[in-house]
Order: sequence, then structure tokens, then C-alpha cells
Amino acid sequence: MSLKVDISFKLNGVARSATVPVETSALEMLRDALGFTGTKYGCGEGECGACTILVDGASLNSCLLFAVDCNGRDVVTIEGLDAEPKAEAVKKGFVDKWAVQCGFCTPGMVVQATHLLNQNPNATDAQIRRGIEGNLCRCTGYVKIVEAIAAARDAAPREA
Amino acid sequence: MTIERYVAPETLEEAAAILSQGGATILAGGTDLMPQVHSGKLKFKSVLMNIRRVGELQGISMQGGMIRIGALATVTDLLTSNVVREKLPALTEAADQFASDQIRNAATVGGSLCNASPAGDVAPPLLVYNAEVELVCKPDSGMKVRTLPLAEFFTGPGRTRMEPNELLAAVRVPVPKAGYVARFVKFGTRPALDIATISIAIGGVKKGRALHEVRVALGAVAPVPLRAALTEAVLEGKALDAGLIDQVAAAARDEIKPISDVRASAWYRQELVHNIVKRMLTDVAQG
Ligand SMILES: Cc1cc2nc3c(=O)[nH]c(=O)nc-3n(C[C@H](O)[C@H](O)[C@H](O)COP(=O)(O)OP(=O)(O)OC[C@H]3O[C@@H](n4cnc5c(N)ncnc54)[C@H](O)[C@@H]3O)c2cc1C
Ligand code: FES
Ligand code: FES
Repeated sequence: MSLKVDISFKLNGVARSATVPVETSALEMLRDALGFTGTKYGCGEGECGACTILVDGASLNSCLLFAVDCNGRDVVTIEGLDAEPKAEAVKKGFVDKWAVQCGFCTPGMVVQATHLLNQNPNATDAQIRRGIEGNLCRCTGYVKIVEAIAAARDAAPREA
Repeated sequence: MTIERYVAPETLEEAAAILSQGGATILAGGTDLMPQVHSGKLKFKSVLMNIRRVGELQGISMQGGMIRIGALATVTDLLTSNVVREKLPALTEAADQFASDQIRNAATVGGSLCNASPAGDVAPPLLVYNAEVELVCKPDSGMKVRTLPLAEFFTGPGRTRMEPNELLAAVRVPVPKAGYVARFVKFGTRPALDIATISIAIGGVKKGRALHEVRVALGAVAPVPLRAALTEAVLEGKALDAGLIDQVAAAARDEIKPISDVRASAWYRQELVHNIVKRMLTDVAQG
């Protein structure tokens, strides 16, 4: 029996508490314990980016994050991404540019792209390619994904 | 062993006190720890201590003639720090070539050094900048700090001179002299998310056509990231012309005894070191 730890944190803007086995990843907690299955399990070792979430405003691989380390922090998943300034434009870009095929990489890509444009609203296409170097896509060949993020960059800012 | 207690101290003194009570597995960014736990390479001790909330371990600052990089500074912090960019550009370069944005946001400098991978990217530039590590413990009522040159810190893959009751608090780097030039090159099969096949850092004070107070550090060619003393001696103080550059490149190739593994054969690593040292010094000579 592994040790269980009580934690509380903000998940998509809402206060949550959970009791998690100490060696569990944030990804396992989100998907299996809390039912937030938008975040995907690809490799489990930091290589594919399907599990990307935002923690205190930075993008992280949730498969490498200990769930206990979410305690007291601000966690945002694809389900709650709309609160981020650029999220809507990024999602629209993915739809308009046909940047989704099987869709498995999409939640991680969209979270990472949103983080990228939050950090650097004027990212060049080269910076966009570098910004998603931790996200693998086995279907699209990336061209449409880069176009989608560039379209989000170029979209007029959302009405305040 | 299974974990019996989880702690997340907020001060360095608390953290050191917990370590002095016996074994604890230290958790920083978790990017090495989590995969090592899953692959069975690492067994937890009875206490898991998350140090991420310890304020004294954060941040990058100038203190007198030293740049202090807190153990919890992330690779993203290195990449975006103006002090690092201005004074330690080879470290910025290493941070830029490190993994992916998501990993850089989590991975810490302390975690990289304590993980002691021969292929770790932050060690070679820090060796060239003559960094030292600050190790802290609390053997009795008082805190004890000792510093150790980074060049003496590593003892083997995954092994260091850090005692079980110690933790790495910071890396301290003397501000390089005027005229100091340094370069870092990592060679991998693709730019992102690749472990170095070899990496090289070279630094020295450029006077006229020569480099003085030269340091050369190599990654992924030995059980630890190491200084190449013989290569340094060939390079030291002599005019950087084509003949010298050839001699230095040959010295570097002959000084190392790398292994063959999944990433490259020993022969290939030696050739890489030769060719990349040559390219780096040609660039320094022209710059
Ligand atoms: C997909 C992937 C890609 C990667 N790419 C690279 C790369 O390109 N270059 C590279 O160099 N590395 C790479 N790494 C390795 C890893 O990200 C780094 O070694 C990282 O810096 C480790 O830091 P951390 O904070 O995550 O360490 P953790 O995993 O938290 O800790 C690592 C080890 O150090 C100990 N430790 C941590 N902090 C301290 C401290 N302050 N005092 C004492 N002990 C401590 C821990 O107990 C543990 O044994 C990669 C890893 C993954 C998963
Ligand atoms: S599942 Fe986390 S990076 Fe692949
Ligand atoms: S759309 Fe299938 S993996 Fe990217």
C-alpha cells in the first residue's frame, strides 16, 4: 500500500482537493481519479507532449509531474484552457487550417501553442516550430499545425 | 522501499534538518526522478522530500563577483536570464539546446548536476566557467555549508561527492574577466529532445590571437563530464592559427576514451570531438 497524501489546488479556476498516492503522476490523477481525460497519455516519459498542461502559467509534461506537487498550484488543462487569452484563436486556427487528423496530439498541441503565444504573441514561424518541439504528431506532418498556430498569432485580439 | 512520509519544506534549514534524520529522496523538477522510478532504476527512500517550495533555492543573482544560480533555477530561467546571457553565454546556448519547452520549464540546474549524467548539458559550460557547488547540511543544531569545485563534484554516472545528509543549494560562477570568450556545442541526431552524443565547451580570455586561462570541458565521452587537461595545455597561450587548431583538435581526440553505445561508437565520438573542436576554435579565431 502506498502512502496517500491530501492535496488541494486550483483546477481550471476551481478549487479542488484530492487524495493521491504519493508516487502518482499528475497525468494519472487528472485522467483516472478526476476524470479529466482531455489530457492524453502518449509515452509517459516526457517525449511526446500529449500530456501537456499549464501549471502556474508554465507548460509542463504532466506525466513527469508528481501529483503531490500540484498542491497549492494553479493547474489548467485543455478542458479549462478557454480562460487563457489566446486559447480561442488557437482552437479556431486548428479547425480552420485542418490541423487535426486522429486528434490524439491535439490537446497537448493546443495547450502548448496557447502557452507559446501567451509568452511570445509575435512568435515567428521558426519560433512556433521550436515552441512545439516537445510535441509529437504522427499524422499531420506538422505543416498544418504550424499554419494553425500562425493563424492564431495573426488573429485580431479577442474583444475585452 | 516504499515511501512512508512525504514532506515539502519551505526553508533550507527545515530541508537540511529532514535530511539529517536519515535518508530522503529529494524531488525537484522530477524529470529524471519520474522516469527512473517507472523504469525501476531508482528505489525510493522512506521519505520523499519535495524541495520545490524552498525559497532560498530559487533565482539567479549577482553577489559581488559571483553569479549565484539557485539549485531550483529551471533551464527556462537560465535561458531567459539577462545576467546569464550577458556573462555566461555558453550556458544560455546549452539551455537553448536542452530538451523541449515543457522539460525546460520543469528541469532544474540542481537536478541536472545531482543526476550526474555524463551527457548532462549544463555541466560542460559550468566547468568551463569554473563553477563551484554549494552543499548544505545540518549535522547538529547549526547549518553547515561547504563549497566544492564542480570539477571535483562528479565521481561516476549518477554519482557525486554529495553526502546523503547534504543537498545542493546553489551553483556559484565567478564573473568572467573582460575579453572572456566561451562556446558550447552539443551534437545529437536531431535538435530537440535528444541526449548529447558528445558535447563540448571551450572558454578562455582572448588576448591578441591567443586564448589564455583556457578551459575545455567534454560531455558524454567519459563516465563523468570532464575537463580535458592535455588539450587545454596544447591550446594555452598560443596564437590560434590553423596549425595550432589542428594540434588541439588531435589532442582532444587522443585524450578521450569514450565508450560505444546506442548513440555512437567510440571511434565516431573521437572523430566528432576532433572535428567539432576544430570548428569551434576556427570560429573563436575569426570572431
Ligand atoms: C524527455 C527528456 C528529455 C531530456 N533532455 C535533456 C537534455 O536535453 N539535456 C539534459 O542535460 N538533460 C535532459 N534530460 C534530463 C533531465 O531533464 C535533467 O537532468 C534535469 O535537469 C533534471 O532536473 P529535475 O529538477 O527534473 O531533477 P529531479 O528529477 O527532480 O532530480 C534528479 C536527481 O537529483 C536529485 N536532486 C535534485 N535536486 C537536488 C538538490 N538540490 N540537492 C540534492 N539532490 C537533488 C534528485 O534526488 C534526483 O536524484 C531530459 C529528460 C527527459 C525526461
Ligand atoms: S505522455 Fe507525457 S510526454 Fe508523452
Ligand atoms: S493528429 Fe494524429 S497524432 Fe497528431
